[in-house]
Order: sequence, then structure tokens, then C-alpha cells
Amino acid sequence: MKRTPLYDQHVAAGARIVDFGGWDMPVAYGSQIEEHHAVRRDAGMFDVSHMCTVDLRGAGARALLMRLLANDVGRLTAPGKALYSCMLRPDGGVIDDLIVYFLDERWFRLVVNAGTADKDLAWIRERAKEIGVAVVPRRDLAMIAVQGPNARMKTAALLPEACRAQAAALGIFSATPCDEWFVARTGYTGEDGYEIVLPAEEAPALWQSLQAAGVAPCGLGARDTLRLEAGMNLYGSDMDESVSPLESGLAWTVVLEGTRDFIGKEALEAQRAAGLARKLVGLLLQERGVLRAHQRVVVEGGGQGEVTSGTFSPTLERSIALARVPAATATSVSVDIRGRLLPARVVKPPFARNGKIMIEL
Amino acid sequence: MSKIPGDLRYTKSHEWLRTLPDGSIEIGISDHAQAALGDLVFVEVPEAGRTLSAGDACAVVESVKAASDVYSPVGGEVIAGNDQLATKPELINADPYGQGWILRMRPTGDRGGAELLDATAYAAEVAAAG
Repeated sequence: MKRTPLYDQHVAAGARIVDFGGWDMPVAYGSQIEEHHAVRRDAGMFDVSHMCTVDLRGAGARALLMRLLANDVGRLTAPGKALYSCMLRPDGGVIDDLIVYFLDERWFRLVVNAGTADKDLAWIRERAKEIGVAVVPRRDLAMIAVQGPNARMKTAALLPEACRAQAAALGIFSATPCDEWFVARTGYTGEDGYEIVLPAEEAPALWQSLQAAGVAPCGLGARDTLRLEAGMNLYGSDMDESVSPLESGLAWTVVLEGTRDFIGKEALEAQRAAGLARKLVGLLLQERGVLRAHQRVVVEGGGQGEVTSGTFSPTLERSIALARVPAATATSVSVDIRGRLLPARVVKPPFARNGKIMIEL
Repeated sequence: MSKIPGDLRYTKSHEWLRTLPDGSIEIGISDHAQAALGDLVFVEVPEAGRTLSAGDACAVVESVKAASDVYSPVGGEVIAGNDQLATKPELINADPYGQGWILRMRPTGDRGGAELLDATAYAAEVAAAG
């Protein structure tokens, strides 16, 4: 089992540790719901060192990413800007979703999912060697996400001197390298905050000083309820190699216009021309109970679908889900919860962001 | 470590039983069970009057993580479900052996062959499960 540089901190804090894709990770330190509220209302932190930072170095890095990613890296013109994208198979299936940071014309940084890192690296390397770009996984680095309305304020003074001014000036979805550290104003919770990439040996000290500054340690359990409220997909649950981003609520991340030729483009164009059979929607359960992945969704007069992610939303105090349903699905469905069909309303995510409920209850 | 009061009996599926002075029985889930489930968000309790056989699923406890059935360790007639849990499922997390009780029943003597453990035996069971 793999462990992050912060594993000992988690155990000392009494975390419940689970196997997450081959990594020993904290699912919660105490109450998962309190951790969730800490992020929506104040500040919480997550050890996300299991995710893999990958540096692409060389003059051909941009050209490589223009070909590899469904979103258009050509949009990244200012150094430090970030872009969310899917990386596709030729048939349009999603290999992974990732964030790419443009640092300079010879250096782009990716952050990819833990469970897919090995296959991602193999896929990227196969295409990088033709172009002469170095693909460097950075397992020497740790990553801590500090999220919540007070996250940046509580973090500011704990950054190295060299990072402080640049970090304070960061716009949303931007990053800055500073010496061996890297500070990004990105996240996976629907709240403001930083994702901080730093040398592994320095991570425990930052974790401890953040805790002393009143930032609550939060586990993967709260991370999942926060991202679902924020309407963000989870790779392996909401999309995988068997579906395209167009059927996964991610059409906004795909740039089909123009002459840029990326892997999977042809398949997506064909899919769009033929008409999409399915779509990913948000669901709000109308009764008591909890929506969970793989529950059957019944559309009156229109077939069936499946819940891809479901949970109890601590912010809404209702159950919410993402579900893949027939494209014609209108405003209401039923979900088979333990043998009973319960009504759910189709809504447009996000459910909650920036401390606020974003849908009508 | 989880609390295991000495005056209760337990099942291997982590329910506890308390015999009340009038001979009726109160049932809930153990401290170990609530900790393993995490924050409870939804509890479905049986209605008064329902007849249960030993081993029947009699309640549902759902946490953020998972849904679990609660099994009646003995047969009998339900006297009451704990209606407070409808709005305060977290009572089970906070006080699993007290305010977090799930149902009360009048036993019919149907034990269904299920083994009831004393606190020492249940503690050994929990320790063995890791």
C-alpha cells in the first residue's frame, strides 16, 4: 500500500484510514459532516499528495497538449493560467480528467488522478517521444489543498517569503511557482482556496502550521460530498473510458471549433452529428433517503438511467446525485432505492458553491 | 476504543439489547457500529404494532457512506420506534446506547437460534474483526 508524506500526521490525528486506489488515505478524522461544513463556512485542508503532478518540459509541450487534450491549451496565454480538460481515447472515451497549468513555453504542469496516473503517463509518453517532450512525474512532491472562504487568509502567512506576494495576487484558476513550491488558486470543493505543491519533506511542517492556524483537517469523505455539491465530476464514477465528455456534462470543456486536431475529436463530432443518446444531470431527491451510485433511474415513458454519484448533501440537508439518463429526460424521474421507487427532480448542477445553495429546494 | 456497556447483550451484527423492567426489550446499534458507519443522516424505524421474527430486518440506518439494515435479534411485537431519529439521526452517533435507541418491542420468546453475546464476548468479537 502506498502512503503519502503526511500519513503519520493522519494516524496521529486519529483518522480512519481506507484503501483509496492503492493508497492509505484518511476518509475522516471525526465527523465527516463537520469537516464538510468547515470548508463551506471557514477553512479546511486535504492531503491530496496521492494525485500525481507531471511536468512536461520542452519546446513541443504546447503542441503535444493541443493534440492530447479535448480542451484547447491555445487558450492559455498568460503564464500561470490553468485549464481543466479531459484526455480522450480515439473513440472519445475519457482516459482521465486533469488540470494543466501553463508556466512557460517550455514548461507545462499537469495534475492527474491517482488511480489513473500510470496509464496516463504511458499514454502521454507514447505521444511525447515523437515530439521530444520530457514527461516527468513528480513523486518527490506533496500536495495540500486548503479550501474555504477563509482559506487564503489563514494560509497567507504560512507560505515561504518568496511565495507570499505572488500568491496574494493570484487570480482565480491561476498558479505561481516560487522556488521549489507551487501555489495554485484552484480546488475541488466549490470554494475559494489554494492547492499547494511542495517538497514532500516540507509537507508535515506546513500541515501542522495550517492546523495551528485553525484550518480543519478534512478527509476524502468530505472531499467527495463537497465536490458533488459543487457539481464536479469524479473520474471512475461519473465518467470513464466507456463514455465521452459530451455524455458526461463536460461539453463545456471540449473545443470542437477550429482546425485543431485532438485525439478523439472525430469520434465526438460523429457523436454530436448522430445526436447524443444520454446526458449527465443533477438529481434532488424529493423524499427522505440517500441516493447512491449505481441505483437505477426510471424515466416515465423514456427508459432508464443510472446514478453515477450520490450522497447526502450536508449543505442542502437533502440527498443529491449525478445520474446518466436518456437525453430526452425532462424534469422528474424516479430512483430505485433499496426496492422502492422514490421521486427525484432533475436539476442543473452545481447544487452548492461559495457557501450558498445554488438550486431551488 | 468503542464503548461496550456491561449490562447489555449484543449480536454479531452489532445490535444491542436492553431488557427493561416491564420485560420489554430496547434495541439499538453499538458504538462500534455507529463509528464504522460514520455520520448518520437517515434512519427508518418500524411502526408500532408490527410483528417481527428473529432475524427480520426491522430498521435502516444510513450514513453519508452507506446504508445498513438493522436486524431484530429476537421475535416480538414492536411497541415503538424512536421517532426522534427522523429529525435527529445523529443521536445514534452521539448516544448509541441512550437517546439513540431504535425500537422497543414485546418479545414473544422467539430467539431464532441467534446467539446473544455478553459484553466480554462482544468485545472479543469486535477486536477480532479489527
